[in-house]
Amino acid sequence: MNIKKPVLCCTSITKFFSGVIALDKVNFNLFPGEIHGLLGENGAGKSTLIKCLTGVYLPDHGDIYYEGKRVVFAAPSEARNRGISTVYQEINLIQTLSVAENIFAGRQPLSKGRINWKKINERSRELLAMLDLDIDVTALLSEYSTAVQQMVAIARSLDISAKVLILDEPTSSLDEDEAHMLFNVIRKLRNEGMAIVFISHFLDQVLELCDTLTILRNGESVGEYRANEISKHELIIKMLGKKLAAFENRVAELNSSDESKKDVFYSVRSMSRRKSMKHFDLDLKKGEVLGLAGLLGSGRTEIARLLFGIDKPHSGNTVIKGVSGSVLSPKNAVRHSFGYCPEDRKLEGLIPCLTIRENIVLALQVKKGLLKYISLKKQRKIAEKFMQLVSIKAPSCEENVSRLSGGNQQKVIIARWLAANPEFLILDEPTRGIDVGAKFEIQKLILKFRDLGMSILFISSELDELVRCCDRVAVLRDRKKITEYTGRSLCSEKIMATIAHVTSEAEDGNLL
Amino acid sequence: MELKTIKNYIPLFATIFVFILIYTMGAMLYDNFLSLRVFLNLFLDNAFVGVIAVGMTFVILSGGIDLSVGSVVAFVCILSAKLLEVYQINPFLVVLVCLLFGVFLGTVMGAVIHFFAVPDFLVTLVGMFLCRGLAYMVDLQSIPIRDELFLAVNTMGINFGGGVNFRLISIIFIMVWAAGVYVSHYTRFGRNIYALGGDVVSANLMGIPIGKTRILVYTMSSTLAALGGLLYAVYTLSGYAAAAQGLELDAIAAVVIGGTLLTGGVGFVEGTMVGVLILGLIQTFISFQGTLSSWWTNIIIGLLIFSFILLQRFLSLRSDTDQK
Repeated sequence: MNIKKPVLCCTSITKFFSGVIALDKVNFNLFPGEIHGLLGENGAGKSTLIKCLTGVYLPDHGDIYYEGKRVVFAAPSEARNRGISTVYQEINLIQTLSVAENIFAGRQPLSKGRINWKKINERSRELLAMLDLDIDVTALLSEYSTAVQQMVAIARSLDISAKVLILDEPTSSLDEDEAHMLFNVIRKLRNEGMAIVFISHFLDQVLELCDTLTILRNGESVGEYRANEISKHELIIKMLGKKLAAFENRVAELNSSDESKKDVFYSVRSMSRRKSMKHFDLDLKKGEVLGLAGLLGSGRTEIARLLFGIDKPHSGNTVIKGVSGSVLSPKNAVRHSFGYCPEDRKLEGLIPCLTIRENIVLALQVKKGLLKYISLKKQRKIAEKFMQLVSIKAPSCEENVSRLSGGNQQKVIIARWLAANPEFLILDEPTRGIDVGAKFEIQKLILKFRDLGMSILFISSELDELVRCCDRVAVLRDRKKITEYTGRSLCSEKIMATIAHVTSEAEDGNLL
Repeated sequence: MELKTIKNYIPLFATIFVFILIYTMGAMLYDNFLSLRVFLNLFLDNAFVGVIAVGMTFVILSGGIDLSVGSVVAFVCILSAKLLEVYQINPFLVVLVCLLFGVFLGTVMGAVIHFFAVPDFLVTLVGMFLCRGLAYMVDLQSIPIRDELFLAVNTMGINFGGGVNFRLISIIFIMVWAAGVYVSHYTRFGRNIYALGGDVVSANLMGIPIGKTRILVYTMSSTLAALGGLLYAVYTLSGYAAAAQGLELDAIAAVVIGGTLLTGGVGFVEGTMVGVLILGLIQTFISFQGTLSSWWTNIIIGLLIFSFILLQRFLSLRSDTDQK
């Protein structure tokens, strides 16, 4: 099939940002009817490449050919009008408008000078039908799940008779079922001859979905591979260079360490909360990482919120350090030396307009009481110490948090809780949306703190990650704790089987 | 549009319900409450608030606020009186000058809000002080208006006989409202306002011209405020710099009672009409009652707004839990 001519291709694209090279002579070929994965760590140049191809940036050197002709896109709208559509990671739609209006906002069909709502709704139904989606297009967008919203975003971009569809991290906020729904749509579009660029941090998904892969590292193209001819292991090595091997050894060594006779730090018996979590028991031990596995909405975050006192349980007994009592509020939890890094770091965790130092010192300040003054000098010292400990890459601790990469932002939150010297730390999806290198660093940190005697609750969608880092994994399904795996019985296949148990039954009933 | 997005309509239904409720109460308690004259007077007495409230609805839908409208009314009102009575300028020219002032002020405020990213609250607060000050600069005293055109517009209307007159002022208000309803549903500009208020960042990335839309919203609001000022001058047949104190808050109240969310993106121009009529109805009610202090109007409006805010909060809370 590669005898076909590429629909979009670029040769030796080079792009500098204030003297620093971001793309170095990158070649990229995209053929009609293929799904082309674009891989690389954060900062490898994926988004720069996409932005060069779609007219957001002008490359400093190199040529772009679209449908056989050399093109220069001066603005994103030019690329869009020629049939190159991009759907970004965050869903850029408007929740308060109807589905149909979201598809046509800004370019509503007019008849006799007024908006033709009938046509908008009809065309929207047609477009969504192309994506195998049959929903009420006059309902508000906010009524639908993230997956459906993602489809609506794609439908919007399809309407401009797209030949090339670029999907930037489309699955980062979808659960597994939803992601597969999206994959079916992407495959369908591919079979209809569209060329699709798929960018994702989830290597499994990339390998499952894509036909061809291009790997970038430090702004250079490492190479182009057929997806069925490369293993995940090779892929990671190509993306990272050599970092991986060293890490795997270390994990193996840690996992084999003795795990008997650990003290229970925080123990929960038959805790529950109506509509959010059914009765569960949980023991958190000192120097142990407990993993929570389960699909999105299975109750993972709900447990974290209950344990940290954000939501109040309707029943249950808790024992903390051998004393019975309950965690009444997050403030109370901090006094008990708990720490919580929430799932959505932008929304719940970080305060983006503050500096790294200010963000790190926050939890410490709460623990000490709001009126206790911590001198600036002392704050700096603390911030610098923890920046080094979790290796945050930033020019100084006075850097604004909003200017850091996803991985570094996550580390700032972790550093914040570490500064308060917690005995129990909850990490809800700490590695989501950050690149592979940063992922490994955070996993390493988790193990380091475990060895220091901290008790850690680690929530993640990636089973490999859980298996690698946890001493024990509790599996959740439908807001119920099903079972726990420890020691040798801890493997991703078993966890997967436990999670999947119900989903296969549910599929018949409600797909959406 | 089909009526399937029911959640967005609940505040509107609630508003209509409250209107009918107050009206029924009045009709049961007082003899003449149900008369055509009382009903038509609701439109007449509230025409200037209504015209401003239509503009304010768009501003609030776009996610903004316009505090300057009350002062614009006062300034236009005294300016037109001064130009007509002291300088004897052609009344058509006066109307044109006043409206152009509205266009100019709104465009400048909108441009400052958009290009300098200054909070709308502050920019329109400046506009408010500026126009009030300008109004006092024109004249400290009240100026009676005797211009023939203004007098004619004041009395013009459709006669229903028996002293019941549907005055031109009311008709202008209803036409402005109807135009507002059309713009909000059937023009790209109108829909862009909703998109802007729903989510600025997304709207921008969806290629919606947010700058143009935002500036035009303020242009429209100030122009309608100027028109409101002219209506006020015609209605009272005088110009007074201290007039229309706190009118912007009445307009905001009407919009909120009409079911428009202060956070932007959700609401209807239709509802604003009901909101304005409710404000008028409460005043009518109190004047029928006779013994109550007119300040009761404010107390009742306050309570109404409070319950509407609670209703909206409840609705948005429920939709949040639905999603989880």
